[in-house]
Amino acid sequence: MIDYHLNHLKELEAESIYVLREVAAQFENPCLLFSGGQDSIVVLHLALKAFYPASVPFTLLHVDTGHNFQEALDYRDNLVKKHGLRLLVASVQEAIDKGLVREEKGYNASRNALQTIPLLEAIEKNKFDCAMGGARRDEEKARAKERFFSHRDEFGQWDPKNQRPELWNIFNGRKHVGEHFRVFPISNWTEMDVWQYIYQEQIEMPSLYFSHKRKVFERDGVWYAASEFIQNKPTEVIEERVVRFRTVGDITCTGAVFSEASTLEDIIQEVAASRTTERGTRADDKRSEAAMEDRKKAGYF
Amino acid sequence: MTTTIEEIDNFDSKAYLDMELLRFSTAGSVDDGKSTLIGRLLYDSKSIFQDQMDAIEAASAKRGEEYVNLALLTDGLRAEREQGITIDVAYRYFSTPKRKFIIADTPGHIQYTRNMVTGASTANLAIILVDARKGIIEQTYRHSYIASLLQIPHIIVCINKMDLVEWDEKTFNRIVNDYKAFASKLDIKDVHFLPISALAGDNVVNRSENMDWYQGPTLMYLLETIHIGSDLNHIDARFPVQYVIRPMKNEYHDFRGYAGRIAGGVFRVGDKVKALPSGFSSKIKSIVTMDGDLQEAFAPQSVTITLEDEIDISRGDMLVRENNMPQVEQEFDVMLCWMNEKQMVPRGKYILRHTSRECKCIVKETKYKLNINTLQRLEDDLELGLNDIGRVTIRTTVPLFFDSYRKNRNTGSIILVDESTNETVAAGMIV
Repeated sequence: MIDYHLNHLKELEAESIYVLREVAAQFENPCLLFSGGQDSIVVLHLALKAFYPASVPFTLLHVDTGHNFQEALDYRDNLVKKHGLRLLVASVQEAIDKGLVREEKGYNASRNALQTIPLLEAIEKNKFDCAMGGARRDEEKARAKERFFSHRDEFGQWDPKNQRPELWNIFNGRKHVGEHFRVFPISNWTEMDVWQYIYQEQIEMPSLYFSHKRKVFERDGVWYAASEFIQNKPTEVIEERVVRFRTVGDITCTGAVFSEASTLEDIIQEVAASRTTERGTRADDKRSEAAMEDRKKAGYF
Repeated sequence: MTTTIEEIDNFDSKAYLDMELLRFSTAGSVDDGKSTLIGRLLYDSKSIFQDQMDAIEAASAKRGEEYVNLALLTDGLRAEREQGITIDVAYRYFSTPKRKFIIADTPGHIQYTRNMVTGASTANLAIILVDARKGIIEQTYRHSYIASLLQIPHIIVCINKMDLVEWDEKTFNRIVNDYKAFASKLDIKDVHFLPISALAGDNVVNRSENMDWYQGPTLMYLLETIHIGSDLNHIDARFPVQYVIRPMKNEYHDFRGYAGRIAGGVFRVGDKVKALPSGFSSKIKSIVTMDGDLQEAFAPQSVTITLEDEIDISRGDMLVRENNMPQVEQEFDVMLCWMNEKQMVPRGKYILRHTSRECKCIVKETKYKLNINTLQRLEDDLELGLNDIGRVTIRTTVPLFFDSYRKNRNTGSIILVDESTNETVAAGMIV
């Protein structure tokens, strides 16, 4: 008898495609949160597969802190053009200008937590009833308890103690007017799975992920890219080093690693050998033991 | 995630592409060391990262604990850490050079049966923990019954805290015999017993030096080698249609594809298929994926199927092989696990979801409620409240196409949704 079995990447892919199709079937107006990070790149690739040969039936939503890596923006725009996608940008700068949020002050100022307000505003204004994201349960311990289909009340809030049970592959996306869902198609993937999949599928990636020369400085044990968006302390020395990024987010809180990895295979080797999680280079999670849980409850992705 | 030191030394990225995925659930009571066991599996398989280890070392020290509390790795929510309990199902990931593992870590308290059922619903394997000092207790019965009800194909009973019973073989054997006597009443196909100490690490990843009398495999060895290839039904072809793909592009002008995930069996190009509920027959013209067309596809692949004939098919319909039909009924019995604070309304109306189909239903009759600690059938107390399990008869507004849960977990499972709150209130296994 033939052995019908899928390897783990194929099984994860089949599961994620199933989730993406459930979203298209159960929601009227879903959007896909796209940051140019490796996780959202993989989700988009899976969406292209899920609806082939039709186009992706979602709007891409980029919550823009204004503190971007130019490489990430260029990559995003190329991708949108190549696949004929719809892109919407929700701007943190605009929210600040309108007085909806107040910018943090000081050396550790970050716009990361400020993304919640423009995100919720974009969801409300565009009547999105579902926002998909590339979050994975292995990233952080509050995320380990997240559902594939995660219900949000009319204030966009997450109630971790009152989540809907999620059994087998039956997803319940029913909701009242004004409420919405967050859906995480790659919940069950790990960082290693993501990179292996990118390698297997030969997905084109932003250059930031590969080794390059960049001006960086050290703060609290993390190396950050020097940029006009960060206020440096007098003691901080900016130097040019060979680095790459393991994750791409807001430039002010995304740490670089020293690395010579210049191909996908090199990156996989590095991920395999690495002894810190990718979020270990994210300043936003270092604030407290429950930092992510608090942001998620308030409506963060 | 991740990888062992040995793997890093000669890491082969191609080999990693061909690993199997094993999903398992863990269940245990508050103090029998479940979180410690998971922490041990992650720690000894080198799956805990340095920054995670630093964080829990700091947290343990802050709480004044003597040794590093591995349970802090799994208790993610603030309330859980404060109360030292696990509230919700948490998913954990690790891998060895042989397999990738997904753990559904479920709390063992009496009030959290719903979480155990949730965690068990997608598992290939369940680890049941028994405290060697206490032997089989009510919760062991409950966990085993749920594993049997949810048809988890493999069970590993870990008799933990062997260090606290002086590594005594007789204690181990007594518990094994007690368990076997009880499990004979259940529908469990494959069960293994291991003497371990999660705290000290004996027989978890590394073989115990304290129990010469035990010659069997370690837990990790079992997890890496247990045969899971036959866990899915590859005989009865079932394809619930999820979504209809119509590209609206010139090059695919007449393209009409049915997207879905194969819920059972194998479909091949040229197969004669029948669409339910219409009953129209056609032949499979192509099996489409972005990576190219396939000649055959099997569970659990996600594909798009096109047919030779234009027949009316939409979401909620099912393609099956003509000579292998599922049951088509409007009335059937299910074992129902109630998951909501608001108890079940007798003759109440609910929304039912089954594969990609949704309809209204009425719970016609409750036949009995089960005492899941004794497996006694209660026929005089028929109220189903939170965490109760009972057998009910359901009538739907339209026919469902299903198999018994025993035959196929995908086509034999349903959930009930409350019409007014939209909450998922119950999960059911079709008898």
